[in-house]
Amino acid sequence: MIYLEAGQYKTTYEDDQAIFPIAQDRYLVLAAVLVAFVAVPLVANEYWLQALLIPFLIFSLAAIGLNLLTGYAGQLSLGTGGFMAVGAYMTYKITTAFPELNILLVFIFSGLIAAAVGIVFGLPSLRIKGFYLAVATLAAQFFIQWLFNKVAWFYNYNPSGTITAPPREVFGVMVTGPEATATVRYLVALSLLVLFALAAKNLVRGRIGRSWMAIRDMDIAAEIIGIRPLPTKLLAFAISSFYCGVAGAMMIFLWLGSAETLAFDINVSFQVLFMIIIGGLGSILGSLLGAAFITLVPIFLINAPALVGVHMEVALERHIESIVFGAMIVYFLIVEPNGFARFWQITKQKLRRWPFPY
Amino acid sequence: MELLIQVFVAPFLDMAGSPVFLLEVIINGLLTGVMYSLVALGFVLIFKASGVFNFAQGAMVLFAALTLVGLIERGVPGWLAIVISLGVMVALAYAVERWMLRPLVNQAPIILFMATIGLNFVLEGSGQIAWGSNVKELDIGIPDASFDVGGILLNEFDIYAALVAAILVAGLAVFFQKTAVGRALRAVADNHQAALAVGIPLKTIWIIVWSVAGAVALVAGIMWGAKSGVQFSLALIALKALPVLILGGFTSVPGAIIGGLIIGVGEKIAEVYWGPVIGGAIENWFAYMLALVFLMFRPQGLFGEVIIERV
Repeated sequence: MIYLEAGQYKTTYEDDQAIFPIAQDRYLVLAAVLVAFVAVPLVANEYWLQALLIPFLIFSLAAIGLNLLTGYAGQLSLGTGGFMAVGAYMTYKITTAFPELNILLVFIFSGLIAAAVGIVFGLPSLRIKGFYLAVATLAAQFFIQWLFNKVAWFYNYNPSGTITAPPREVFGVMVTGPEATATVRYLVALSLLVLFALAAKNLVRGRIGRSWMAIRDMDIAAEIIGIRPLPTKLLAFAISSFYCGVAGAMMIFLWLGSAETLAFDINVSFQVLFMIIIGGLGSILGSLLGAAFITLVPIFLINAPALVGVHMEVALERHIESIVFGAMIVYFLIVEPNGFARFWQITKQKLRRWPFPY
Repeated sequence: MELLIQVFVAPFLDMAGSPVFLLEVIINGLLTGVMYSLVALGFVLIFKASGVFNFAQGAMVLFAALTLVGLIERGVPGWLAIVISLGVMVALAYAVERWMLRPLVNQAPIILFMATIGLNFVLEGSGQIAWGSNVKELDIGIPDASFDVGGILLNEFDIYAALVAAILVAGLAVFFQKTAVGRALRAVADNHQAALAVGIPLKTIWIIVWSVAGAVALVAGIMWGAKSGVQFSLALIALKALPVLILGGFTSVPGAIIGGLIIGVGEKIAEVYWGPVIGGAIENWFAYMLALVFLMFRPQGLFGEVIIERV
């Protein structure tokens, strides 16, 4: 009943090619966006925004980026952390060199630089495939991390070796730096995410997305029907790295405030990969769901012992957390290897007929 | 200009200037490479037999070493501790097959890969809960002394490590080539379905192969643990083994050895001759770059099976 599309006639080509062809989807997304923009800032307190929502938004963006590359174009990458670092460090360099420049513009610029770096490290993808490529992209991860650690120019010869978000205003509102409120940073991150998610959604249903999926499904066959593998794969690397770069910049400037290269280590790459696998490969919605799951579970696990009134040592707690997290991942992969996106699809199917299944 | 000379000319002049030192660097690199090979071997075994890219191999090394050290600390004699640790690794193999591989059979390789990362977390956590997370000494009675052979400084421990690796590889080779179980393993590695068709029990084979990988992990854990202490960072040597793996090819045991040697030598030479010029601490990424260059010419690694794709 709820998801029944009977009676929704499409009378124009625009209707037929809409992003969300079913009205229920449209209203649901609209409602979710409205809640996120209006209700959440009114209700949520500083802790919720800073500990839960902002990281969720940022990792969602990174997950969408990786999903474009891995889920849609089929190129397994473990270099996400490195590309995020490029975005963060370039934003820092540009905004300290040109303080007047609008910080959002700087995000975009550093995203473009990250895209260029992504193209360079994507070059081997024409020769190397599968797990060989995944391990090869680790080269990007380790090399970039090393570079930003070693070359002092990147962190402005700061003796502590960290980069710190300087205070920057957009239209008279403090967006980054210690004075920016969590609500403002949340809203900026949300706007960027909505914008880029919409762009990604459009990208994957157009010519580019279709050629990515052709390459993913069988690259030789794709080549035969006239898709050039090199530009297509490199474009996937570029756009994916752009998303990751912007996410990395947001991570420092809208969330952490200051960080060193450790914030972008290999674990971040794995985390984002988990998000898209748990969420669903080849699905924008899946990226968001996966990001929500992976950012929320550790926080839940940290607070769980206190909630049930058990107190234990920090180290022990951390180890138990790691065990539960690992076991949960294995469990989810067994239960639904295609991720939350598939789960949602099944639910929608059920809701179509509910409460009158035949 | 000066930088270019430092990068492209000076190191080679140094090498030509003192060939004995170069030889020493190479031999030390080879010996370090053997240690990498030990870890890479475990990866290859599992990948060959089940097509699973087992990221948890590093955690298995840590887990095995922690179990061994924990037992020895509690007063269990050394030989018994090794036997019990082996038993634990076999039990682990059984558990992995029962609760992870069997439900995930026929899934995409990336799903299995992700599952092993989950296993990685579980092993890291449980190993440290059971045996504590502080650094532990593991003394297996091999002196860590240096000695001189014709002007070349060698480390006794590294020689023993090389010997152990040689024995291990020889043992594995005999096991794979001569025994019935070994033949079954090779059959499974070649083709799952054909192996099933001739009556090879896949489940048993997987338990065996994960047990063997567990045993290799134990050996690697003992050697690495004796060298640098048993601690959490042992799990990270998996990251050291990955470039070895892609260099040698995922499916080749000799590849793991030769790959390890190449990476070991390349890393040492780069560190000694180029390290000072570009700022040191390059060992984290250099191996990957080296492997990447090799992959450009041979995408399946040096000894990997040629990837044939059909439309």
